[in-house]
Amino acid sequence: MSRENVLVSAGWAEENLDTKGVVFVEVDEDTTAYDAGHIPGAVKLDWRDDLQDPVVRDFIDRTGFDKLLSGKGISNNDTVVLYGGNNNWFAAYAYWYFKLYGHNDVKLLDGGRKKWELDGRPLTGEVPQRAATSYAATEQDGSLRAFRDEVVAAIGTKNLVDVRSPDEFSGKLLAPAHLPQEQAQRAGHIPTAINVPWSKAANEDGTFKTDDELRELYAAEGIDESRSTIAYCRIGERSSHTWFVLHQLLGMSDVKNYDGSWTEYGSLVGVPIETGTGKGN
Amino acid sequence: MSEGCGAPVQTAQLPAGVDAEKEVVLTGQVVAGGDTAGSAGEPVAGAFVRLLNRDGEFTAEVVSSPQGDFRFYAAPGDWTIRALHRSGNGTATVTATGPGIHPVNVSIA
Repeated sequence: MSRENVLVSAGWAEENLDTKGVVFVEVDEDTTAYDAGHIPGAVKLDWRDDLQDPVVRDFIDRTGFDKLLSGKGISNNDTVVLYGGNNNWFAAYAYWYFKLYGHNDVKLLDGGRKKWELDGRPLTGEVPQRAATSYAATEQDGSLRAFRDEVVAAIGTKNLVDVRSPDEFSGKLLAPAHLPQEQAQRAGHIPTAINVPWSKAANEDGTFKTDDELRELYAAEGIDESRSTIAYCRIGERSSHTWFVLHQLLGMSDVKNYDGSWTEYGSLVGVPIETGTGKGN
Repeated sequence: MSEGCGAPVQTAQLPAGVDAEKEVVLTGQVVAGGDTAGSAGEPVAGAFVRLLNRDGEFTAEVVSSPQGDFRFYAAPGDWTIRALHRSGNGTATVTATGPGIHPVNVSIA
């Protein structure tokens, strides 16, 4: 895996807005940004309404994904370029999700919506009309997704990478600082997890740091490349960003995203929890 | 509250259900053309506003509202607010001693 295969620059994107077989998809939790203005030709996906089962806490199933992408006019052979707000959190989540369902050619727009806007590149309110397709997903690729029992078993044996902010990791905050803090579950982190906030992998403008910078970052934080790795955050989107870095950019093998993340783990009865910095205090 | 982690739409008014006596709220406006002599400047919509902790580490990010507003729920301590916009960038600092509303404006140039 190399950067060129999984990431495109804003410049490349602007040159390929009309390229046949390339579909731009904006992914966000709040799609009002798309409605106000998006990359010309891009279709939208709503992180919650489109990708989550409305009843069970899980993803839409394979048939649901077929139906969703068919309706959006996306084919199995299309190059899907994902981008979004929040430094591409939800786009990275969708990238992982597309991979989970076996889409071959998916790329992230480096820097997402932020870089595009900071560059002053064009946005439009016009919603594209794409003819429906017959999309066919594969079964979910279990090698990419971690569930709770596997996470508990990974304590002390796999790299557990907690990508939340230091205050969430230590138990000082329960949620990112732009959200109200009231919540029911316990605060802290999974014992033996290392804290490498997702933001350390990104520059201020939302683009990813270079491969060399990224390797140095995770090595300094103590990732053991000979071990398997599970990344988690609070609900699994920030950890998708780090999953993308470790698995897609750096090419580490056996990296899973734990999408249940802290909202699940911190509510389980009886599992071990650690508070503090995790560095001997 | 929102189940997700995405940045909610920013408004000057605190959302219902948020208790300013318990939460440490850092809030203000992104402005352009302001000066220390007292000119407030023009609000800047659509700026990327980043909250950095005392070590300069990223903590959270929101997009300023059409009126230039932003808001963070933080913890007591020293914070830096960094705003990025295609027309310029700016930085401001704020110290929150405890729960309550802590106003801070960021001027970009």
